[in-house]
Amino acid sequence: MSVRKESLISLEELTKDKILYLLEQAEKFEAEPNRRILEGVVVATLFFEPSTRTRLSFETAANRLGARVIGFSDAATTSSTKGESLKDTIMMVSNYADVIIMRHYLEGAARYASEVSPVPIINAGDGANQHPSQTMLDLYSIRKTQGRLDDLDITLVGDLKYGRTVHSMLTAMRHFSSRFRFIAPAELEMPQEYKEYCCANHIAYTESSEFSYDVINGSDIIYMTRVQKERFTNLMEYESVKDSFILRNQMLKNARPNLRILHPLPRVNEIDQDVDSNPAAYYFQQAKNGLYVREALICHSLGIDI
Amino acid sequence: MEKTKLMVAALENGTVIDHIPADKVFDVVNLLNIQNMSTPVTIGANLSSRKMGRKGIIKIADRYFTDEEVNKLSVIVPNIVLTTIHDYDVTEKRHITMPDEIHNIVRCPNPKCITNHEPMHTTFDVIDKDNGTLRCRYCNKEIRKEDIRLL
Repeated sequence: MSVRKESLISLEELTKDKILYLLEQAEKFEAEPNRRILEGVVVATLFFEPSTRTRLSFETAANRLGARVIGFSDAATTSSTKGESLKDTIMMVSNYADVIIMRHYLEGAARYASEVSPVPIINAGDGANQHPSQTMLDLYSIRKTQGRLDDLDITLVGDLKYGRTVHSMLTAMRHFSSRFRFIAPAELEMPQEYKEYCCANHIAYTESSEFSYDVINGSDIIYMTRVQKERFTNLMEYESVKDSFILRNQMLKNARPNLRILHPLPRVNEIDQDVDSNPAAYYFQQAKNGLYVREALICHSLGIDI
Repeated sequence: MEKTKLMVAALENGTVIDHIPADKVFDVVNLLNIQNMSTPVTIGANLSSRKMGRKGIIKIADRYFTDEEVNKLSVIVPNIVLTTIHDYDVTEKRHITMPDEIHNIVRCPNPKCITNHEPMHTTFDVIDKDNGTLRCRYCNKEIRKEDIRLL
């Protein structure tokens, strides 16, 4: 098999056409997830920090494509604890594997790996920086449930300051003309640099610290994130706002029929369990969509179209 | 202007660094390690300048600077003028501006950036030349001019 190296490090570098192409490929995998088109291929999953959910999703994707998987799920079991450089680890693994899927606690680790590696790298999260497969599955879920990525009212709720997934979504959505609402407590509001990014890329947005009925009833997508206590410098403020960003079933009674609720998971209490039975709850299906998206990303990294 | 001329004598051979922002003169001295040079050096600080209000100028006899040194200058003091002199004649006059990319000159201030943990080069994209704002190619953090530190 001829291998074309095409790493996926950041959403920033994907064109609109490439994003749409990958979503279409993922649709084909959803229709038929089991395709043994990677027999003889070895996929390495190098998780320098644990992330069970992401690793299982990638490894399931590789297995359903017929590939063999090698790797580790925790850097404590590798030579990096002996002081081995990332470059050396990548060079060693690239002797064995055709593609490397890596998660690392340092920001920029995946880009550096892609520069030194002779085989493609798929970034499965590098610190607080990028997590492109999560964003792709978010886009896939929005498109699948709404039929489009343009002309939607998308509400991002919770920790918009540190939330990597919401920042990446804005980066990807610069190609599409949807409208955003940023709903967050004052301490965790969307950083200025991302608001400037929205202005520069003509992304319409409003912001508020009120998670109100008006907001819910005017949304096609509500993307919930966790408001974590440890993010607050002022615990008084945490105590005063912690219950204001919890979504409960009774809050959805006048929601649009097409509303879908997304969450990158794991959730703690920001979506009440009573929402799970509401047809708008989509977060578990969203996670399942990650499988199809990751099948598409692995194949694309190896230059395989279906 | 007469005063400036008196303070800064003509060079036979060497380099003149002009249009240095008044508060950056000694940064340039440190960057080029001028305090340890054995050739004659004239340092003018807080001189009147029509364009800048106050400026600095440094004349260094019998010394020319490498591209690497000039690149470092371009990051710390963009928009200076570097004049090289041979036999009392100006042989080159360069307006030094910040490049589009900066390789292996600046340290990323983000402690969680891979560049601070691996034996590797740093690379920054200059995203705003007017304000001197850089972005790390690896961790994507933006650095303002006042936070720039050299390797």
